[in-house]
Amino acid sequence: MEYTFHWRPVFRALPDLLDAGLLTLQVAALSMVFGVVFGLGLAIIRLNARGPLLWAASTWIELARNTPALFQLFFFGFGLGAFGWHLSPYAIVLVGLSFNNAGYLAENFRGGFKALPPTQLRAARSLGMTATQAYIRIIIPQVLRIVYHPMTNQMVWAVLMSSLGMLVGFRELSGETQFFASKTFRIFEYFAVTAVIYYVIVKLILAMSRLLAMRLFRY
Amino acid sequence: MEQPINFFSGFSFNDLLFLGEAAGRTILISILSITIGTIFGCLFGWILQVSGTAGAVSVGAFLDIFRSVPLIIQLILFYNFAPMIGLSLDPFASGVIVLSIYAAALVANVARGGIEAVGRPMRRAARSLGMSYWQDMRYVVWPIGLRAVFPAWVGVALGVMKDSALVSVLGYVELLKASQILITRTQEPFIILTVAGAFYFALSYPLSRYSARLEERWSQ
Amino acid sequence: MIEIRDIHKYFGSLQVLKGIDLNVEKGEVLSVIGASGSGKSTLLYCINGLEKIQQGSIRVDDVDVHAKGTDINQLRQNLGMVFQQWNSFPHLTTIENVALSPRIVKKKSRAEARDIAAAQLKHVGLGDKLDVYPSALSGGQQQRLAIARALAMEPEYMLFDEATSALDPELVGEVLDTMRLLAEEGMTMICVTHEMGFARDVSDRVAFFHEGIMEEIGPPKQIFGDAISAHTQKFLANVR
Repeated sequence: MEYTFHWRPVFRALPDLLDAGLLTLQVAALSMVFGVVFGLGLAIIRLNARGPLLWAASTWIELARNTPALFQLFFFGFGLGAFGWHLSPYAIVLVGLSFNNAGYLAENFRGGFKALPPTQLRAARSLGMTATQAYIRIIIPQVLRIVYHPMTNQMVWAVLMSSLGMLVGFRELSGETQFFASKTFRIFEYFAVTAVIYYVIVKLILAMSRLLAMRLFRY
Repeated sequence: MEQPINFFSGFSFNDLLFLGEAAGRTILISILSITIGTIFGCLFGWILQVSGTAGAVSVGAFLDIFRSVPLIIQLILFYNFAPMIGLSLDPFASGVIVLSIYAAALVANVARGGIEAVGRPMRRAARSLGMSYWQDMRYVVWPIGLRAVFPAWVGVALGVMKDSALVSVLGYVELLKASQILITRTQEPFIILTVAGAFYFALSYPLSRYSARLEERWSQ
Repeated sequence: MIEIRDIHKYFGSLQVLKGIDLNVEKGEVLSVIGASGSGKSTLLYCINGLEKIQQGSIRVDDVDVHAKGTDINQLRQNLGMVFQQWNSFPHLTTIENVALSPRIVKKKSRAEARDIAAAQLKHVGLGDKLDVYPSALSGGQQQRLAIARALAMEPEYMLFDEATSALDPELVGEVLDTMRLLAEEGMTMICVTHEMGFARDVSDRVAFFHEGIMEEIGPPKQIFGDAISAHTQKFLANVR
């Protein structure tokens, strides 16, 4: 092997890379917040609504699940440009990931709702709770437990997917790495370190999720 | 100034052919990677399940890397690493190798789940009838486990198909890369992306619906 | 008083209640018996407004349950219901299970709701289980929890839908004892039940349902001693 590795410039760039890693975490976490809110909405619509509303929700869910995430980013990035709608790279990634998360989470939530015995809702209503109260106090907390593990997985996916930001000009961890790599041509070294950073981020998310679960679900 | 709106302005029939060819390459690289990945994935899944010891732990940790690092980073790393050890691989070969390993890592978990889905009592029953280990595997574990995880495997396969779009970063002109090239030339992003998206959707949606229906039927 | 006038109930094209007329007075304990599918559980759901009716009317203390303007959530506070499946809320502790609706439906303060809940749990004999999750309780204990949860809304009526049917035989007694206690305290109760001993010893009246019709109603002595309807006689002969 004739190639000699040069790690020093990479370590010099490490603080910048770690900062970019925080940006990655931020956009992934935000996209999860939107994903959970919209995903819950989509699931409830898909289970209860009819007509155009059901059609719209199903279209969202199926498009998110049956096209590549990169396609979705391109669509929000360039496709909407045809209508004079131009998003910033940050917005492209946030909107794209939120759209994708919502579609996948909606199906998880739908499974969660279906896994709950319908008698739980009846019992809550028989105590005089309104439908909204019953959903917020009784149904959704239990659904969240059922989908907690898939939600953790989706968060990991969101982090991994955010790396696509580098293809739409967003300088999160991968974009930042590419920026440095293209300046020095030490492509392998830079991306190797970045791979390690992603690995650590993913493991941290999984560990934190496990800790949180122990606190949240004592029943 | 009235002008007839033409969605295909600057977008010719030849461009459509160009997209079609690229779509063929998407299918080709997907089928190759899914096939190779499934074979190795089943092997890894079996190792994960049988040994339960040092072997399983090390294979598990190794495969875990491919699920914890973005695929795009894996592609860039491998493409730049191969020449260092004297391999001159074109983007297609690099793409197939990385996608196959990635698919294998995902299939391994599915396969292990399949083997574990066949409960111990049932396997004990099979062995008590005088079946050998391999007979038990062939006639009991395989048919039952396959049913249990087939929908999950379809999910993995469709995931790999969609993720094959990332091989475009190596310069391989599959469907999404072709769309990008056309967009740059024709400045018709909306119509081109719609065509590309429709193609992915047409490939993925029927299969995912089919497997969801199977899952529903089998779970009854 | 609960006044049921000529109610008809369909599930699709299947008619499950075929014109029921019934009054239940304050303080009365009514047991409803009959084969499964005779419509007796559906009757309870209709009284509670959990199922709609297609004809007739149900009035609880002069409020029409199925009228458009009725505040059904308000009404249900007055109609405690206990289900065959106890439906404890698994993500809440025992005391939280009971305190939740007084707090969010009746808008009691947190402390007040806790006091009510603790008192009701003690009432049903779960005073030492306040802070455990339902998963740590037996079926019988969970059913008593469900009774306490309904009682915490201070209802004037209690509806029991086969409260002991899903329990292991050795756990039936403790739940029946709790129901007996309520009856002695003067609670107005409608109990759909398969426990003939309970129906005979505790109720003031027993109603026999057969294929969506109330075939016969009367004091336990009459129903169990000399029933008029052939269906009733046959049913009782079979369960004995």
